[in-house]
Amino acid sequence: MTAGVRIASGQGFWGDWPEAPYRQVTGGPVDYLMMDYLAEVTMSIMQKQRSRDPALGYAKDFIPLMERILPVLVERGVRVTTNAGGVNPRGCAEALAAGARRLGLAGRLRIGVVTGDDLLPRLDELLARGHALTNLDTGRPLADVRERVLSANAYLGAWPVVDALRQGADVVVTGRVTDTGLTLAPMIHAFGWGADAWDLLAAGTVAGHLIECGAQASGGNCLVGWDRIPDLANVGYPIVDGRPDGSFDIVKHPGTGGRITVAGVTEQLLYEMGNPVEYITPDCVADFTTIRLAQAGRDRVRVSGVRGRPATDRLKVSVAYFYGYKAVGTLVYAWPDAVRKARAADGILRQRLADLGLEFETIHTEMVGLDATHGRLGAATVREADVPEVQLRVGVRARERAPVERFTREIAPLILNGPPSVTGFAGGRPKPEEIVAYWPALIDKREVTPCVELVAA
Amino acid sequence: MRRTGRRVSAARRVELRALAHARSGDKGDTANIGLIARRAQDYPLLVREVTAARVARHFAGLIRGPVERFELPNLRALNFLLHGALDGGGTISLKTDAQGKVFSTALLRLRVRVPR
Repeated sequence: MTAGVRIASGQGFWGDWPEAPYRQVTGGPVDYLMMDYLAEVTMSIMQKQRSRDPALGYAKDFIPLMERILPVLVERGVRVTTNAGGVNPRGCAEALAAGARRLGLAGRLRIGVVTGDDLLPRLDELLARGHALTNLDTGRPLADVRERVLSANAYLGAWPVVDALRQGADVVVTGRVTDTGLTLAPMIHAFGWGADAWDLLAAGTVAGHLIECGAQASGGNCLVGWDRIPDLANVGYPIVDGRPDGSFDIVKHPGTGGRITVAGVTEQLLYEMGNPVEYITPDCVADFTTIRLAQAGRDRVRVSGVRGRPATDRLKVSVAYFYGYKAVGTLVYAWPDAVRKARAADGILRQRLADLGLEFETIHTEMVGLDATHGRLGAATVREADVPEVQLRVGVRARERAPVERFTREIAPLILNGPPSVTGFAGGRPKPEEIVAYWPALIDKREVTPCVELVAA
Repeated sequence: MRRTGRRVSAARRVELRALAHARSGDKGDTANIGLIARRAQDYPLLVREVTAARVARHFAGLIRGPVERFELPNLRALNFLLHGALDGGGTISLKTDAQGKVFSTALLRLRVRVPR
């Protein structure tokens, strides 16, 4: 058994800082680099890309990012876990292998591929056999939107990633594996934790939750004392410094910016939290009310005491389906009476939309600078007459494209035929946007069989 | 009347941000707010003052569903779930704050009574 393992967070979402992975593997000793790419609707975007080109469907920018760090990874023996594979992990692995060969690393990189999460080809069969895939939020059966479904993926946990590591994979590329599983898997692998070691699995899950959003654990987007956090320009992404007993420290490389404190780590523990007593993953149920935090040094927070319970017999399924269309238009009104002018413009716009007989599911108006973030709670704190400028922001949503398209032509005319002192239309006419919505459901674990294979560079 | 007067003089009202910090996120159409006491000794005050009912009143008209509260004494924190807060949430929402990122600071505007 290893005495310790260091797992570095390299990406907190698809589009995170391109510098972070390089700095994580060169800034000091790490054993693993964990990169999380998948948010709730990312899979559907990737599905769309794959339908246009069967070679795509994964986080494309993962490849150049890896090419930059592959020589260092191979030289130092740093292994990678990532769900950058999206809806095409095999395609992602092939592209990565080609990149490795270009760098002269042929025969020196083994890539593990985890699949089995994609339920789309089996969806009708599952529905026919009585799996309703009921929406966890609305209680509606999936049959309601079946013909509009774009992707359907079960969340796999840490174990197939562990399998790939045991088979010798240097890089493990997955589809819809949980964010937490990407960190838990290296801990299971390094320490030989058992499949029913619930407290240890819960501890590794908490470690994963803490670093899955990148710098949000090391000073980024941190409210407490935000203006005293040093050198965010060079923020050090968080690293789990783990031990076999399940306790671990959150740290960062020396000489980097940011800050790791109990207060900041607490903020990240609570991020996107539901019922803290039952944080449910495919691997275990973690109890966040058992977590103990202590400042163990400068930029070092110790996490211990985590308790867990057995995993449930179901997996979460993320379904993406076509919902409709939306568009957002903005105009800026200046003092004097900026807010009154913007309100008048909103009224005129709404009357014109009504006179055209257009039907929308929602018309949503915000006054950015006044009420967009805190609603009436914010607006109540300012004297409207003093506001130097306000951005009128109007959004519409409809099942059909036509009314949304027509709405986009009603913004610009207001500049010349509405209230005065208006500007800020440089961006041009807003574009109707397709809405791909998220449908969370559950499925019996026995219906999903993860698959692990190895690809050599 | 006199009793009310004495109670007012024995307490003062402060914005929650003086006592706590917070972070929020989303799950579908639900926003969560993790509220954390800056000092351990203020956690009981948060438990007493910042009830689910009080938070629901604070956000009245801004959210469509109920408010749930969970206690995490180990982190001197409370977690609130604000249901129906995000105009459908995720990609459906037309709100600037479609992912509920700044509901946390809206809660910190709440004024609570603290003993003098």
